[in-house]
Amino acid sequence: MDLYEYQGRALFARHGVPVLDGGVATTPQEAVELAERLGERVVVKAQVKVGGRGKAGGVKLADTVDEANTHAQNILGMDIKGHTVEKVMLTVTADIDEEYYFSYLLDRANRTFLCIASTAGGMEIEEVAHTAPEKVVKLPIDAGVGVTPEIAGGIVDKAGFPEDLRDQLVDIFVKLWGAFVAEDATLVEVNPLVRTPEGKVLALDAKVTLDENADFRHPEHAEFEDKGAVDPLEQRAKDSGLNYVKLDGSVGIIGNGAGLVMSTLDVVSYAGEAHGGVKPANFLDIGGGASAAVMANGLEVVLSDPQVKSVFVNIFGGITACDEVARGILGALQTLADRGETVTKPLVARIDGNNAEEGRQILADANHPLITVVETMDAAADKAAELANKEA
Amino acid sequence: MAIFLDENSKVIVQGMTGSEGMKHTRRMLKAGTEIVGGVNPRKAGTKVDVDGVSLPVFASVQEAMAETGANTSVVFVPPAFSKAAVIEAIDAEIGLVIVITEGIPVHDSVAFWNHAEAKGGKTRIVGPNCPGIASPGKSNAGITPADITGAGPIGLVSKSGTLTYQLMYELRDIGFSTSVGIGGDPVIGTTHIDCLKAFEADPETKAIVMIGEIGGDAEERAAEFIKDHVTKPVVGYIAGFTAPEGKTMGHAGAIISGSAGTAESKKEALEAAGVKVGKTPSETARLMREVIENL
Repeated sequence: MDLYEYQGRALFARHGVPVLDGGVATTPQEAVELAERLGERVVVKAQVKVGGRGKAGGVKLADTVDEANTHAQNILGMDIKGHTVEKVMLTVTADIDEEYYFSYLLDRANRTFLCIASTAGGMEIEEVAHTAPEKVVKLPIDAGVGVTPEIAGGIVDKAGFPEDLRDQLVDIFVKLWGAFVAEDATLVEVNPLVRTPEGKVLALDAKVTLDENADFRHPEHAEFEDKGAVDPLEQRAKDSGLNYVKLDGSVGIIGNGAGLVMSTLDVVSYAGEAHGGVKPANFLDIGGGASAAVMANGLEVVLSDPQVKSVFVNIFGGITACDEVARGILGALQTLADRGETVTKPLVARIDGNNAEEGRQILADANHPLITVVETMDAAADKAAELANKEA
Repeated sequence: MAIFLDENSKVIVQGMTGSEGMKHTRRMLKAGTEIVGGVNPRKAGTKVDVDGVSLPVFASVQEAMAETGANTSVVFVPPAFSKAAVIEAIDAEIGLVIVITEGIPVHDSVAFWNHAEAKGGKTRIVGPNCPGIASPGKSNAGITPADITGAGPIGLVSKSGTLTYQLMYELRDIGFSTSVGIGGDPVIGTTHIDCLKAFEADPETKAIVMIGEIGGDAEERAAEFIKDHVTKPVVGYIAGFTAPEGKTMGHAGAIISGSAGTAESKKEALEAAGVKVGKTPSETARLMREVIENL
């Protein structure tokens, strides 16, 4: 889960990393109250989980409370690359002498963590790495040892940070590591980390990604969840314990296993090329079991997407045999009917694997007007795409 | 021969007495796996009856190994306890630990991986978030359905469970030496490269299917390895060409970040290494069939 800047900043502050005084506002009125409390020049920043907000006009300086009000009014509700600004963060300002870059992140390939540091901060680190690679140092962090003051001192040396900032930087690097581990983060990034004319080091931005697999030991992370910004269908699926991602197309997809479902999206997209360019409407993995109840919940979510014109159920019966899967599909339609939800969209089922013949026979015998059984994944994808195109 | 798991594998199950552990212990026994016991400190000293087979429960992996000669452990314990379970297996210096559990925090996976390295790499870790290993006709450790196919010349390595089953099913008449599900998490123990290396050295394996998906650069690195070190034919499949950027697609590791981790990049890297890459699972199976016919 990616955090908003204001959430990351609060998390930094909790771990003793120096940040500017400030707060978050959801209305111009709240922004005014905040600006009055902060009592000096403030910066008003749009809170969106996407880069480029400065260019989009989402970051403004305000010399007076009135200006803060105006900026908050303009920025709240603004669209930045498809993200609507629901909140603004206000902080006091700092004079900046120098800008640095600093992050800890997961290094998947080496199965360890990495520290990236640069004295050339403020812009995209990929850009710096490209134009001036000598200015970016990447150091592996031994997870068993962590970042001790000695190791943090080594980072100061290797990245060439100013000697007079050593004590402050060592303290910040140790505390950021503490936050990274204690919060089960996969990324903490400060860009820029700045030096003020008085020689003080401050974190002016905070980018944090938390590992959702660790939520069970962080009940407090629930506060970071942003229910308003999540697609309502995704939220509903999540509440039912389903793995669902909303996409833009019209062929609803239900399958078992993340890899098979990703593959199904691809195969449907290829098939769609011959049928008016229809595309998958969603990713939905109902898991290995594929019971009738889970199938019903999955179908319910997929069918409540108004963009869906046809549904492709693609199941490989491994642990669960196909006859059970077939009964699951029929049971799911019955369950939905019992709930008073009439299914009207055509459904293409491809079931393969254990007891495939029996499974297909069960569906054939049921002779359900909405269900078409197709034997192979490629042909079934083609049929589902054709139906979606016809219904459109 | 097979890789990593064969008829000499003596398997214990960590978390055997839980519902998932029990269900799959039963299935593994039915598949002919030599299961010699389970580990649960709270039930140590008891016996569990699984379809007429009486399995002892031990207090620790170390005790289980001393009593039974176990050399492989399959882990079904819940995410909150997985790190301790895997570290226990590493400390006991068991040769192979297969972590089926899905949802382990990545800091925990990094911790047990680094612990194994610090111990001199004596324990091979497979997973987490994987279906395990199946060497048809010899042994099956994990949750791979055992009755899809029999023994044969194809070696398979995959990030995905159901895509593995799909390809085993499509090629069931040819058969497999070993299929290794390496898992869909961002940090995993055994990699595509480890499996490719082992299949290259395994005389029973004549050709290799490699299944990847979006996220990370493991497939690109595997492609580099294939170019220089693999002489056996490799057929590839990559899932997730139409996945959007920045969304986790079911597997914790399956995410495109910016322009990194795309299916296109993986496909290009594999093709540049001379690997034939199927557009769909069925096409991948057809390509493998051609390879086997031309051997």
